[in-house]
Amino acid sequence: MLQITNLSATIDGKSILNGISLSVPTGEIHAIMGPNGSGKSTLSYVLSGRDGYEVTGGTATFNGQDLLGMEPEARAAAGLFLAFQYPVELPGVNNANFLRTALNAQRRLRGEAELDAIQFLKLARAEIKKLSMADDMLKRNVNVGFSGGEKKRNEVLQMAILRPKFALLDETDSGLDIDALKIVADGVNALRGPDFSALVITHYQRLLDHIVPDRVHVLAGGKVIRSGGAELAQELEANGYAGIIAEAA
Amino acid sequence: MNAILSAGAQAFLTRYEGLRAQLPGDLAARDAAAEAWRATGLPSIRDEAWKYTNLRPLGDVAFQQSLSPLGYNADLLARLPQLDAPRLVLVDGHFRADLSTIPANITVTSFAAAPEFGRQARPAEDPLVALNTMLAEDGINITVPANIDAGLIVLASLASPPAGHMIAFHPRHRITLEPGARLTVLEISIGNGAYLHNPVTEVKIADHATLIHARLQDESLTAFHLGTLYADIAAHGIYDSFSLALGARLSRQEIHANLVGPHANAHLNAAQLLTGNQHADFTTIVSHNAPNGASRQTVKNVLAGKSRGVFQGKIHVARGAQKTDGYQMNQALLLSPDAEIDCKPQLEIYADDVKCSHGATIGELDTDQLFYLRSRGVPEAQARAMLVRAFLTEAIDTISNEPARAVLESAIESWWQRQPA
Repeated sequence: MLQITNLSATIDGKSILNGISLSVPTGEIHAIMGPNGSGKSTLSYVLSGRDGYEVTGGTATFNGQDLLGMEPEARAAAGLFLAFQYPVELPGVNNANFLRTALNAQRRLRGEAELDAIQFLKLARAEIKKLSMADDMLKRNVNVGFSGGEKKRNEVLQMAILRPKFALLDETDSGLDIDALKIVADGVNALRGPDFSALVITHYQRLLDHIVPDRVHVLAGGKVIRSGGAELAQELEANGYAGIIAEAA
Repeated sequence: MNAILSAGAQAFLTRYEGLRAQLPGDLAARDAAAEAWRATGLPSIRDEAWKYTNLRPLGDVAFQQSLSPLGYNADLLARLPQLDAPRLVLVDGHFRADLSTIPANITVTSFAAAPEFGRQARPAEDPLVALNTMLAEDGINITVPANIDAGLIVLASLASPPAGHMIAFHPRHRITLEPGARLTVLEISIGNGAYLHNPVTEVKIADHATLIHARLQDESLTAFHLGTLYADIAAHGIYDSFSLALGARLSRQEIHANLVGPHANAHLNAAQLLTGNQHADFTTIVSHNAPNGASRQTVKNVLAGKSRGVFQGKIHVARGAQKTDGYQMNQALLLSPDAEIDCKPQLEIYADDVKCSHGATIGELDTDQLFYLRSRGVPEAQARAMLVRAFLTEAIDTISNEPARAVLESAIESWWQRQPA
């Protein structure tokens, strides 16, 4: 499980997270909702280990391991996956090569045998088929010339191939049409099970119609100000954030 | 007028005076070159063409003569790629028939056996070409007859001076393609120890002929490599070259491409991968002298440590060379704050209906890309290597001969592996 306790972080001396506490038990999917600037993306970057953020207090552990002390690649090998809000383009890097390198690097770090090119292609093609994606996805350079929807689908494909234990979805729904949204949701739901958990960060409730969360947390001012069941998302959709924020203040 | 010559420059002259009677070929040409050398010596950074490449480290070295070695270094020979292709091997600048295989459908002679200077090289204008002309002892002369596709041939220069000796060798090569001929030359320069390799190559490409020239300079890190190449390209001819520089403490590849017939093509692509205190210079002079010609230059630099890369690219379009299409792009990836790139594009255009462009970019590895790879589990060193290879891909992909490209790709791979983490 993911356990975040009193986590505070700054960027360029500016305080963004102000004592977040949150726990996501194994097998559950939680949602984090909040207005712009509430610290949602910062939380996902701090958990995945991006440079530039300074943790000023608190802890984050994943199955008992201190996440914050690990390199980003070690977090990935431990089973953490960040689906990016803005997936990065890698000109000159072939998607199949990228995915195989990533998968084998994780397997190596975990002491597992690497997949050869044929084994990998078999796996990748099967996942591509399940996600109703075009076969040429593997031949293209990573995210280069992809539409917004294709980039997000590529994130889901990576998740399907890398099989993380924990997925952090950072506003994966932003800029998606309803078909792409369903593909993303199906990708997450396919992994759902007793050994998989996820934290779905979103601004809107609509993604949560497709990925129904076990718990919803509202983030404002770098803190969790309220937690509840899936119905909390509906309440927010109907009434907006203002009421809850005023109540918490 | 004579310059005050450095000790090293004077030593070359003294050597010439001592060797003169035994040197093969046209002594008048050698004497004229010696006069040119006496007048200039080594170029200095006050010369515009050498502003960014300082040859002072050469000035005080008294190189010794390469001794036509009977032996050879088996390690170096083993480093050559195992290709199903004929190969021509030089050791310390001397052609070694015993280590070479000569294909049946082309003519190959050594300069020592049939010494003949071409007319393209300009010893009076380039001191290093003067030095070569003065002291050249051997080299390779290849001729591909009309309409023959001669396939791939490997031209390998191995340097293995005796320990503690610094030698200099100045091979003189000629590659001539008759009308409609095709040839791919994979040129590899490797060595051990300290030496100066100063080759001059004269290339003549007749109408509708194509030369693909893939070059790997992976000299010893204590060596100097200063190469000058002249290519004349006739109508519909193609000179398609890629120069990869990985080795030598100081190197320069200078290419003069002269598009003399209409619809001629010159591709002068390059990559320089440097580390430590290495210095590499890629200098091109493309002269469009006929209409409808095209020239392409994609030059990539990957610079680590305190290394320094130089690219000087001049495109000259003569008055009659209408519809010329010239493109030049220089990109540098600086992997360390102490690395440096100097880039000097120069366009001189005297025709009014031409398309010429040039550009330069300098940057570091992209931190977003690096984080994206690491977040997927790729360790940092491997992620950096992937991004550097991706940066080079665009240039490497221009090498149209598959086996030659594979050799250069694997050289890049091993360059990366020999970097300190």
